[in-house]
Parts: sequence; C-alpha cells; structure tokens
Amino acid sequence: MTTTASTTAEEKKVATITLTIDGKKVEAPKGVTVLEAALGADIYIPTLCYDPDLKPYGACRLCVVEIDGMRGIVSSCTTPAADKMVVHTETPKVNQARRIAIELIMANHIGDCLTCAKNQQCELQKVARYLGIEQEHFDRLRKGTRVLPIDKSHPAFDRDHNKCILCGRCVRACQEIAGVGAIDLAYRGYAAKVSTFGDKPIHDSICESCGECIARCPTGALVPKRTRQATRHVKTICPYCGVGCSIYLGMRGNEIVEVQGDRESPVNKGGLCVKGRFGFDFVNHPSRLTKPLIRKEGKGKDIQVNGNFKDIFREATWDEALDLVAKRLNQIKEKYGPDSIGVLSSAKCTNEENYLLQKFTRAVIGTNNIDHCARL
Amino acid sequence: MSFEEIKRQAASEWKAMQNSPIPRILIGTATCGMAAGAETIMEALNAELAKNNIKADIIQVGCIGLCYAEPLFEVIKPGKPGVFYGDLTPELVAEIIRDWLVGDNPRPDLALGTRGEGTLKGIPKLFELPVLKPQVRIVLRNCGNIDPTNIGHYIANGGYEGFIKALKMKPQEIIDEMKKSGLRGRGGAGFPTGMKWQFCHDAPGTVKYIVCNADEGDPGAFMDRAVMEGDPHAVLEGMLIGAYAIGASEGYVYIRAEYPLAIKRLVVALKQMEECGLLGDNILGSGFNFHIKIKEGAGAFVCGEETALMASIEGNRGMPRSRPPFPAQSGLWGKPTNINNVETWANVSAILQKSASWFASYGTEKSKGTKTFSLVGKVVRTGLIEVPMGITLREIIYGIGGGIPGGKKYKATQTGGPSGGCLPTSFLDSPVDYESLAAAGSIMGSGGMVVMDETTCMVDVARYFLNFTQSESCGKCVMCRLGTKQMLDILQDIVNGKGRPGDIELLLEVGDAIKNGSLCALGGTAPNPVQTTIRYFRDEYEAHINEKRCPALACRPLISYYIIPEKCQGCGICIRACTSEAIKGGKRMVHVIDQSKCAKCGTCLDVCPAKFSAVAISSGAPVKAPAEPVPVGGKA
Repeated sequence: MTTTASTTAEEKKVATITLTIDGKKVEAPKGVTVLEAALGADIYIPTLCYDPDLKPYGACRLCVVEIDGMRGIVSSCTTPAADKMVVHTETPKVNQARRIAIELIMANHIGDCLTCAKNQQCELQKVARYLGIEQEHFDRLRKGTRVLPIDKSHPAFDRDHNKCILCGRCVRACQEIAGVGAIDLAYRGYAAKVSTFGDKPIHDSICESCGECIARCPTGALVPKRTRQATRHVKTICPYCGVGCSIYLGMRGNEIVEVQGDRESPVNKGGLCVKGRFGFDFVNHPSRLTKPLIRKEGKGKDIQVNGNFKDIFREATWDEALDLVAKRLNQIKEKYGPDSIGVLSSAKCTNEENYLLQKFTRAVIGTNNIDHCARL
Repeated sequence: MSFEEIKRQAASEWKAMQNSPIPRILIGTATCGMAAGAETIMEALNAELAKNNIKADIIQVGCIGLCYAEPLFEVIKPGKPGVFYGDLTPELVAEIIRDWLVGDNPRPDLALGTRGEGTLKGIPKLFELPVLKPQVRIVLRNCGNIDPTNIGHYIANGGYEGFIKALKMKPQEIIDEMKKSGLRGRGGAGFPTGMKWQFCHDAPGTVKYIVCNADEGDPGAFMDRAVMEGDPHAVLEGMLIGAYAIGASEGYVYIRAEYPLAIKRLVVALKQMEECGLLGDNILGSGFNFHIKIKEGAGAFVCGEETALMASIEGNRGMPRSRPPFPAQSGLWGKPTNINNVETWANVSAILQKSASWFASYGTEKSKGTKTFSLVGKVVRTGLIEVPMGITLREIIYGIGGGIPGGKKYKATQTGGPSGGCLPTSFLDSPVDYESLAAAGSIMGSGGMVVMDETTCMVDVARYFLNFTQSESCGKCVMCRLGTKQMLDILQDIVNGKGRPGDIELLLEVGDAIKNGSLCALGGTAPNPVQTTIRYFRDEYEAHINEKRCPALACRPLISYYIIPEKCQGCGICIRACTSEAIKGGKRMVHVIDQSKCAKCGTCLDVCPAKFSAVAISSGAPVKAPAEPVPVGGKA
C-alpha cells in the first residue's frame, strides 16, 4: 500500500505544470484547462457554460483570457493549460468582451428576478453582479423581443425558454451523463433554442426525467414545479434502491422540499434518477400508510379499495399484524405445502434485508419461490 | 487495363473527336446555363438539326464563365475554329444552324468569338476579348472544354498525370512541392496548403482522413459549384494526391445538398475512377488504398467552418468547437484530418501535373497562382472569372467586367461574402491578394465579388449581410448569436429612420467584441461588412441617423417619390400603373403622389416616359410638389 501511494504521489509530481496567471505562479496537474488551473489557484474567472462534470464547450465567452503568444483572446475553459504559459485574466480587451457578452445576455433575458424561482441562486445574476452592468450603456442596447411559451408538460419541472441562455449544460448533461440525448439545440441564429426531437413538449420526448439538466441549469429556465427554499440540508442515502446514492435532503422544518445529489459520493458523484430526485412527495403525503392494516371481517378481496381503505381495513399494531401473517403462513404451508407460497422482495430493501428474506423463504418456509422486483 | 493504356485510348478518342467529320456543338449545361434556359436551347438545337438533316455531336460541357451571355454554345464545324454564340433563343438557334451549318455564314453579328486554330472574318478570338484576355485558367482549365461525365476527356487533357507523378514521389517530396508552389487555402483564410499537409502528415496515427470542403455558402458565390460541375476530376485528382501525401485512406466530399448537379457529376466521376482503377484498394497496383464518400450537407452556412463540418459528417449538429485541438491533430472521429476547399484541391492537381515553379510564376510574392471569383452585381459582364493574384480591382471590374452598366458611378466592391468587407473607389488600384484585402479590412474569402454602384445604400448592404450571418449563426456562442442580432437590430433601426445618436459607436464597439470574443470565424468575421462600411462610408450612416436621409435613395422608409410639376405633362400613365391608387390628377393636370398612400414601389418612376422624366425621389427633405393637382404649365 505504501509503495503504491508513493508512486502515485511521484507520478503526480512529474505530471505537474507551472503557469503564471495574473503574475501569480500557479501549479496545476497536467491535462487541465486554463480555467481549471485558475480556479484551482483561487483565481476567479466568470463562467456560465462551464461545468466540471461536462466536456468543455466554450459558448458563453465569459471565461475569455489573454495568453502570451496566442492571437487575440481565447476561452480559458477550452484551452489546455501548458507549462510556462502566461495568462492574463483581466485586460482591457478581455473586460470589454466580457462586459458586452453579459450585457447581450441580459438584454435578451426576462428580468423578473424578484419573482423568479432561481432568485439569489441564479448564476447569471451572480456573474452579472460580478462583472457590473453599466446602466447607461445597457440602455442603448436593443432589447430582445422573442417570447416563447413555457413548456409545463412535465409533472416535475417547467422549461422556460425565455430565461434560457443556451449554455448547453442541460444538453450536455443529457448526453454525457444521462446518456439519453432527449434534448439538443435546434434552429439557427437568434431562433436557436434547446429542443426535443420534433420540438415536442418535454413530456412527450424520450426524456427519462432524471433531472440532471435541472441540477445544472444556471438560470430559471429549468426549475422544479414546486420550488420552496430549503432552510437546511440533511445528508442521507436514497431509499429507493440498493445502489445507495448519497443525497442531501433540503428541509423546511420536517418537510422535504428538494433533493440534491451528493457530488462527493463515490457511488453517484452527484447523479440521481427520477425517483431519487423527484419522488419525495410521498413522505408527507396524507395517503401514506404509517401503520399496518388488517382486512375487516366479511370484506372480501373482490371489493374495490378506491382509496377508501378505512371501510375495508382496520388499523393494527405491528405485533398483531406480524402474528397474523405468521399464523396464516403456517396454515397455508400445512394445508397446501411450502411451494404454494411465493415471496417477492423489493429493491427498496438493503442487501442485508434481501439476504434475510431469501433465507427466511428457503429455510423457514421451505420453498425456493423467492424473487425480487428488480427482475420484473 | 494499365493507366498507360487508358491514357492512350483516351488520347486517341479525343483526337478522333477533334478530327471528326461531323460538326460538334458544345453547350454549357452547368446549373447557371440550365437556369438561363440551356434546356430549351438544346431542344431547339435538336429540332433544328433534325429539320435540316444535319448529323452533329452535342456535348454538354461545364461553365465557361460568361454568365452574362448565357445560354451559350460553341459550334465547331470540321476544319474551322469553334464559334461561340451567346444570349441564345430558339429563333437564334435556327438562324445559326441555317446560316453556319447549312450555309457558310458564321454570323459575325451574333458570334462572341472563336476558339481553336484558324480565324473567321469579322469574329474576334474569344480569349483575346477583354473579358477573357486578363484571365489565367488553372482551376477552370477544363471547364467548358470537356465533357465532365467523361473521364477520358479529362485524361486526354493531362488528367491524373499529376497523381501518376505523385505516386513516384515520396510523400514528403509532394508536401515540399506544395510548399514550394506557395499555394494557400482557397476557402478564404489563405493558410499555406503545404504546411497544413505537413501537420497532418506528421501527426501520429495510422488512420487519417482528408476532406474536400464543398459547402460553398457565401451569397453570390458559385466558383466551387462550377468546378465540380465542369471538371470534377480536377478536384478528385487533387484529393488523391493529398491522401497519398498525408497517408489517408479515406476521404469525404462535404457538399451542400443544394448542388444536385455537382453531386451527380461527382458520383459519376467517382464511379469512373473506380472503373479505371484510380480509386479503391491497391490503386494502379501501387499498394495505396483510397476511398471517397460524398456527404451531403443540410444547408447550414456554418458547416463550411471546418470543425462544424466535421461534426456534421459525424452525424452531430453542425456547430463549431474551439481549437486546439486542430483537425490535423484531432479531427474527424478524433483522427488527424486535413480539410481543403474545392478550389485548393483543383489547384493541387494542376501543380502536380505541371510544376510548383510554374504555379508560383503566377501571382504576387506572398499570394501565388490564380483565384477564381464570381463577379456579380452592378457590372456589365457578370461571370465566373479566374485571374492571377495581384491583379487590380480596376482591371477586374472595368476590364473583365466591362464597367458599371447604365453609366452609373462605381461605389464599392464587396469581397469575401458575409465575412468580407466593402472596398471603396480608393482601392480600385490595389492588388487583389490576401494581404492587401486584409489590410483594407476585408478578406479574400472564397471568391464572391459583388460590385455596387451609386444606387446601392451601404448601410442597407451591411444590414443585408448581417441578416445573413445572424440567421446562419449556429447559435452556440453568445457573441455571434446575440451580438449579430444586436448589430442587425441597430442597422434595421437605422435604415428605418429610427437610428439614434451613438449607434455608430455602439456598432463599432459591439462589432469589436464579437470579432475578439467569438468562438469561430463566422462570428469573428461577421462584423466586417459593418465595420468596413462605417470606415469608408461613415457619412452615409450619419445621413441616415441624423438627417433621416438615404444618400443612395434606396432605403424605402427614408425616401419619397414625387412628381416634378414643371416636367409632368399630365399623361396619366403613372396613375394607371400605380398599384396603391396613390396618384391624383387628371388629363393635362400635374399629377400628385399622396405620400400617405404611396407604397414606394417605384413603378411610377419606371413607367414615366423618358422624354418627360417627371418622377423623382427625395430623401431627408420635404418633397417639392404641390399638395393637389394643378394644371400643366400653370395654365387653367
């Protein structure tokens, strides 16, 4: 173990480059971009289309820098850092391009920040504030006129093209992380927008609702339907399946209002599926069963439940319910034999629970009729 | 069959055709010829030949470049020089057949010129005409001369000799030859071709690709189309040579789907190459394998940008990506890739057929060889031209083009399409080469050359090109997508009389940011038309903004048509022609245009008899005309 660790450290040492950013000597691992080298050395460069989980894209043009020996200004997010590179992140040329870029974005953005679901969490807001918009200059710009309908087709989130800045993070997340490709850029020029195949509502597309796009949208273009700000976050494990994705539950009191993937988790690296991300409303749902139910006498199985379970079932204690189950299983086993019983386990159980259930089925009941919902 | 045998056969067939005892008629049926009516002419030709019982060979050839005279054909009577006739109609065809093929009168009154040995009285030699004399045809060497669907014609004219020569050379020797020739990329940027090949040649990897960029998209440009339609093998031979030099075994021609005839010609040419053993595995027994695929573009201008083009071939949305990595390191499917434009490839085959020093003898010190241009706009002789680098704009416009029609005044020339700029009168005597054009704020571009006269409004020209780049921006980067939209909106306001003080500075400022900050060259050059017109025609912008006046009298919202009371004879022609019922007046009453109804279509100006010339346009000032009709001559 010790040898391996030292070799890795040595390799790392060899694979380090040194560059100068704004006069500061910066060490960075070989293979990173200029932007990553700067961010790693606590030198802030504004970005909107950059995402550490996605391939470099170079669309927002805010991360532009000047590099000695290179012509003009280049986007630092797409330029590989090289040894002895001299980078300037704030020059008149750079600042002018950045200012125009952010002003152009703002001139074409619906400015309803106070009522926007992303207010104060919006990256565009932050970057605009950092760069500073010159009101007088901004007023001279022609403002965008395009108004597109909001796609509300999805039960979990809305898509508002009017707030989209075409950073492409959603498109890339869908392709690179989810591997789905439900959305891409469509049309050209000013008419360009993120679209599904055939420009259908997102709910009618091949979207798998994993929400990777929503987690990455820098603006209010992609927001969950019910957005309420959490007051605290609780780290836990997603209960839906045995993968064990690490999550943060955003809480208001004892109510879950959002779920975020844990980027530090080696299991899911921040990624989540539709259930983990959006399937939390059952927790506080009034229909949720919190006590075992036992069928009332004389209420046959042919009666439809229709949500009105209290007519058919009565609440019971766990002891009573388990006693009943044990009794009935024994009766059935004696009367019809162990193979008349089948047991179905759930992906929501842990591996240990699943192990126990198959042991119980085989050793206690005496049948091999044990299966699992993941095989269905 | 060995290549030597193929060549011998091609040569003897070519010779037999030259010495054929029956007349030959070469008709230009490239897209331009077809659009001008070549099909009707062919029908008339066949009918007339049948009627007069004349047996003749009709050969469909590519474009010879004399667009202004289309449709045209060359009639070659055995033993006589070929005679070109232009502006053909079925009636003229009948006359020419009757007089020259049945009779013995070559009709000097209809003929454009002669080609080949011998002379005919009263008809000049075609290539001695001012339109062709300054031209040097390297890329267009076979266009209009050979049947593009017959590989034998190409081979008989020296075709594939360059490739044969290349096969006997080492790849590095070929690259050195390219460097020596001084050839630079004809797609517009002018990067030295030999150097580009060297990068790709030196890049590690066994799988490499070469691509022919045939996504010609500039408005008003049609050079590449003409080459592919008129001489496809010249391009394909260039690709063969490039593939051999670089070490590629697969190539693509990325061609826009709007060029169906060029695609057809390429497909035929590729099949013939295979039949002759010039394409496929173990080409001519050399062990060199090369395959070419045609990829049709879906009509996006940005796909002419190399990284977008490669994305499109890969099946992705055609959007550029940042470089590095350059295609020579990581191109198509991540493999080293070399992309050259159609015209560059056609030059490559010529250079290997002749020699690097022969090629370098044309042009200037830094810009060698020739350049094709599509000469269009306000010029007497529009056409596809090929001139040595370093020729002046004046020689092109006034020599080859024959000057400005209608006695109008020259104003500017736009080179480089939407990425280029407008050059005013002061550049008429500047040489046309990469450096001079760049110094003037324009670019060489792929070869669009649009001539403008005094009736062209430069603000409107800038608006037109910005409209084009804006709608063709891929939408990926902020600068191009929103920056060009911003500039377009401002220009739109200016031509509509809603320009504000400070707009010129704003245009320049946003333009600078777009140029500096865009991801690819589309955005990086999009402000050029605006910046050059501001640089050279700032007064026009100022007139639009400050005086709400269009000096060229072209921007409709800023002009008014009016009838000059002293000139109007009250004839009523304009009243009847007006589509908006905006003209009041009666017999012998001076007509008056109701400005609130006038749609500014200009019909009244067109129909007013020239002897009266009573309709005029004003801009930036109230019209000098009475409000109501008054008697002509002031008499009741």
